[in-house]
Parts: sequence; C-alpha cells; structure tokens
Amino acid sequence: MRKLLFESLIRPPLTERPPQVSDAAVDELARALDGAARKRLGRSLSIRAVDAGSCNGCELEMHALNNAFYDIERFGFRFVASPRHADVLMVTGPVTKNMREALKRTFDAMPNPKWVVALGGCAKDGGCFAGSYAVVGGVSDVVPVDLHIPGCPPPPIDILKGLIALLDGANGRGGASVS
Amino acid sequence: MTRKNLPALADLIEAARRIEYHLPWPRAVVAPQVWNLAVEQLAKGRWSLLGLWGEPDKVHMALLDEALDIGVISLDCRGGRYPSVGQYHPPALRLERAAADLFGLAPQGLPDTRRWLDHGQWGISHPLAAQPGGPAAAASYRFLAAEGESLHQIAVGPVHAGIIEPGHFRFTAGGETVVRLEERLGYAHKGIEGLMAGASLDRAAKLAGRTSGDSTVAYSLAFARAVEAALGVAPPPRAIWLRALMAELERLANHLGDIGAICNDAAFAIMHAHCGVLRERVLRAADAAFGHRLMRDRIVPGGVTGDLDEAGANAIRSLVAEIRQRFPHLVELYDNTASLQDRTVATGRLKVELARQYAAGGYVGRASGRDFDARRAPGYAPYDELAFDVPVLQEGDVNARVWIRVREVEQSLSLVEQILGRLPAGPTLVEVAADGAADGPREGMALVEGFRGDILVWLRIGEGGTIERCHLRDPSWFQWPLLEAAIEGNIVADFPICNKSFNCSYSGHDL
Repeated sequence: MRKLLFESLIRPPLTERPPQVSDAAVDELARALDGAARKRLGRSLSIRAVDAGSCNGCELEMHALNNAFYDIERFGFRFVASPRHADVLMVTGPVTKNMREALKRTFDAMPNPKWVVALGGCAKDGGCFAGSYAVVGGVSDVVPVDLHIPGCPPPPIDILKGLIALLDGANGRGGASVS
Repeated sequence: MTRKNLPALADLIEAARRIEYHLPWPRAVVAPQVWNLAVEQLAKGRWSLLGLWGEPDKVHMALLDEALDIGVISLDCRGGRYPSVGQYHPPALRLERAAADLFGLAPQGLPDTRRWLDHGQWGISHPLAAQPGGPAAAASYRFLAAEGESLHQIAVGPVHAGIIEPGHFRFTAGGETVVRLEERLGYAHKGIEGLMAGASLDRAAKLAGRTSGDSTVAYSLAFARAVEAALGVAPPPRAIWLRALMAELERLANHLGDIGAICNDAAFAIMHAHCGVLRERVLRAADAAFGHRLMRDRIVPGGVTGDLDEAGANAIRSLVAEIRQRFPHLVELYDNTASLQDRTVATGRLKVELARQYAAGGYVGRASGRDFDARRAPGYAPYDELAFDVPVLQEGDVNARVWIRVREVEQSLSLVEQILGRLPAGPTLVEVAADGAADGPREGMALVEGFRGDILVWLRIGEGGTIERCHLRDPSWFQWPLLEAAIEGNIVADFPICNKSFNCSYSGHDL
C-alpha cells in the first residue's frame, strides 16, 4: 500500500479540466434557478439519486463521476443518502409504474428549495420504453423537472456540465423560482 | 432404475412432437407426463433449469442435461393451467410467478402464489395474455414470516442510500444477525417483453441492449445470435471476432468496477479509487475503439455496426498494457491486507449444493464449485479458437467471488490480446433479410456468457420479419434467491458487501 500511495504522490493527477458549460444548458437552468436560492446554497449541491426503472446505464455513468478523472466533489457536488439532505433529485429511467409512488415520496421528502434533474433519454419521455403498459413515460409526468441531460446514457462529462450549469448558470440572471 | 436407463434430454425431445424451425437446439411440444418426467430430472439434480417462460397458451422450459445438451420443452396449457415446476424445483418459483403475472398462467401446485412483477400499479392484469384482465388490486405484500423471541424487521428500499437500482429487502434480524432476508423485486419492470412483441428487428435489438445497462454488449450479442440462428444468417468472421472483443472489454470494465466496489463496502477506499481508474480507462478505450463508452447498439443481427480502425486497436493495446502493469499491485494489496480479508473471508458463504441446484451462472456459481461457462460449453465462435481458463473455487464466500473476478480479469486481458492479434479482415455486417420468415415462423435461441453469467435469449420471428415473442433471461434470476441463502447468519452490516459480491441485476431481472 505504501508503494501505491507513494506513486500517487509522484504521478501527475488524472483529473479532467473543468468542462465548459454549454449555453443551451445555461439558459434552461437560468429559468429554473433564482439568485436568492443560489445565495442560500453557496457553491455546494447535495444530490439524491433515484433510479425510477432505468437499465442501470445512467447509474454506471453517475458512479463514474466519483472516480479520479471527474472527481465531482471538487465542484461542491455530493451524492447523499437521504432525500432530507438533498437539494437536487437526479432521476433516471422511464419511471415504471411500480416506482411512481416511491419517486413521488422521495421528492416530497426533500426540503425546499429543490430541483429535479432528469438524466438520460428514458427520463425525458420514456425513450424506447414509451408506450409500455408498465411505464409512466417521463419524469415530468410525476415530479416537476428543471433540467434534462440527454444521452443513452449521458457520458459523465455531460452530466458534470449540466450540474455546473445548475450551480453557475443562474448567476446574475432572474428566473422562475422553484416553490 | 440403473444409470444406463436414465433419460437423456435428446431422447425425450426425439420422442415428442418436434418443432421444425427451432435452432440451434431442438424444441418439442410434450405431453404432461413427459413434462413431469423432466421436472423429476430437475428435482433430482440431474438436469439444470436454464429458463422458464410463458406464452398466452403455452409454457416453455429450457433445460441443460448432464451431457451439457440443451433443449426446450413446451406444454400446452389447457385452461391456462399447467403442473408447477417450482413445487419440486424451487429455482423455477419466481419464473413461474412472473409468467403468472404476465400471461395469467396458473401453475398447479405452486407453493407461492403471491404476485411477483405485478405490484397492482399497471392498470391491467396479465398484460401479455390473449385477453388482459382488469386492474389488479394493489394488495399489500405478505412477507414470509420469521418467528422467534426478540426478532425485529428492517425494511430497505426500493430507494436505496447509494446510486443503486430499485428493489426492496426485508430483513428479519435477531440482534445483529440476519435470520431471514426476503427480496421483493419488480420495481424496474418496464414491460420489455411486451414491447418486443410486434417490434422490428432493429427496434427489438435496441430494447435487448437496454435490458441491463452493464451487460448491454452481452444482451445485444445474445439477441443477435438468436436472430441469426432463427433466420440462418452467418455474420462475417471479422464481426464475430469484434463481438468477442467488445464482450471481453465489457467483462473487464464490470469486474474491475466490482472488485473496487466490494472493497469499498469494507471501507477500503484505496482499492475502489484505483480500480475505478482502471474501469474508466476501459470505458475510454471502448469509446475510442467503438464510439460508445458502454459499446451500446454496436452489435446488431448480421454483424456489428462500424469497424475497428488502427487507432482504436492501439487504444485497446495500451489499455491492456496499463492494466497488466497496475492490476497486479492491486491484487497484491487485496491479498496482503488482513483487515480487508477479515471482512471478505468466510462472509456470505454460498453452499456448493445450492449453486448447483440453482444452476447459478458467472462468478456466483464458479466461486461455489459450479464449473460452467457458456463460452466453453455450449460454446460459440470465436471462443473455440481461443485459449482461456475458467477459474473455479469451492469456498463460496465473498473472498472467493473476488478471486474469481481477479482471475477472469487476467483471462479477459489474454483474450483481448489474442483477438487483436488474430482479428480477420473483411466486412463487418451482412444484411438480414426482413422477409426471412416468409414460409412460417422461425425460432432461435442463444446462450451467451455475460460478465454476470449466462444470458438466455429465446425468440420467434413471425410474418414480415417482426418479433412475435422474445424472452430474455438474466443470470440474476438464479442468483437473487441465493443471496437470500448466503446472507443467513451473517450480520446486517455485512449485507452490502455480500450484495455487491453477487452484484445481481435489478433491471435485467425485472425486465
């Protein structure tokens, strides 16, 4: 272990440079965030992930955000274990009918102010599962969605861009507040 | 009965009404007596159950006999009823409950008639039956009882504390010790088999690749192979080798991720960090070589989309070099850290007999003495031309499941090198004729070794070349029940590490 730790000291860091935020994402977020909320949150966001019936692909890329390349905590983002600690609900999957109630209850358990990020193609409109007897067909049918990050699954860098936009994008701009 | 007179699966199928177009293994419609004879072979542990699935008026069972022959037997269900397999062979229980929920088939004598996938939320019942019923009542689920002094229950899920798929675990504990764990699954049920019915091959291939995200390559491969078997399509040699290359990269990525995550559940974060870096390297090499980190939608019926160029091959070569350089240090660290071994050795022990009875695939089976790997037997190209070992251990604990993964990482590295060294040139895709089933339905089947174990795909292509029925059986069906057995007598705090060492799929199971 000492050897591994020593190597970590002399090897250059693996961490990626912070990504540039795409303008479209900023605009989408500006509408969702207001300055007051940002002041209250500072530079940190706690995220609660809910898998509402995804194939697990989005979860794999969410996990990747914690690896040494993306190191999501350096931006102040943290995945938390309870909705009571969360500012952001990150939802994946087409929302199966069997998960609808659990998703709603998780959202209801979060304190205000709060935001919902729908991750991946299924979370937007059910993706290739739309029309099934067993899916609702999109996160926004169950809880209000503030940001959608597309992809199947979205690569970690895209998720990161979306989240940074969620923090920084609203800076100095007005928008609809989340009640 | 002397051993000589024991029935072989092939004889049993030969004697019955054999279906003409079912490849590569035979299928026969059998009489109830023959069905029961097969169930008897299962119950006595001579044969293994590979799958059980329904249709509106039939039930099918895929079997593996002692000679590793595979066959499917089907039974017409008069009045929607058939004799339950699960009453004599418990591995069939949840499969029968699922078929009951989806098709309304009633297994006679099934000891557990609680609904499994249907949580009373769909708005209809028996959605895949010829005539679906009205909404099922959302009755409360009666968990199995555990009686004793000072027992308490812990309910976990479907929303878990980490970034995990949805499922419910009901623990009954005496102090810290788990007396009984009961799983309740089905939360991720998307109705994939319902969406498959009537889907074009393109759309069905996409659905198959989204059955379980971590096994998207293996599912796409199993689906493509089943379609090719049904329609008699031979993919080009280069495609066959590229498929194996993707499959081994997927295995590497998942095993590396799992080894780190298991150690992380023992609070040994440095392994998690280093394995996470190697996993990310695999995904980046996959992205460079095939244009998608998880290699999704790259394998299609008829071959593969795109081709591997020299830059992609070089990305994979340098990946193998890096893992070969770094991974042995991590294995050494795992092996030499007593505090970590203290958590993994003798924890979550799965008995050899149970692994055999449930025909547990992948590292779960191989860590408990079940010497089975679909790449070797029944086998498929190009593995017949490649050299690899199938590691098997007997201990069945978390430690053994880690070591199987470690050995499989080494084998996959060698396989990747062999494939890159011998990759044939040529086209990567042949056209699959959409009207291939003009003269009647064609049925195909495939068994593919994903990182988690053997994935079974069975399908029927009907008129116009669309899917009539497609069943996808995840290895988790036979692993989830074993987790319940393995955790018994362990402490509640060791559940995460046991669970991660199994790493069963929720989505693949729930479909």
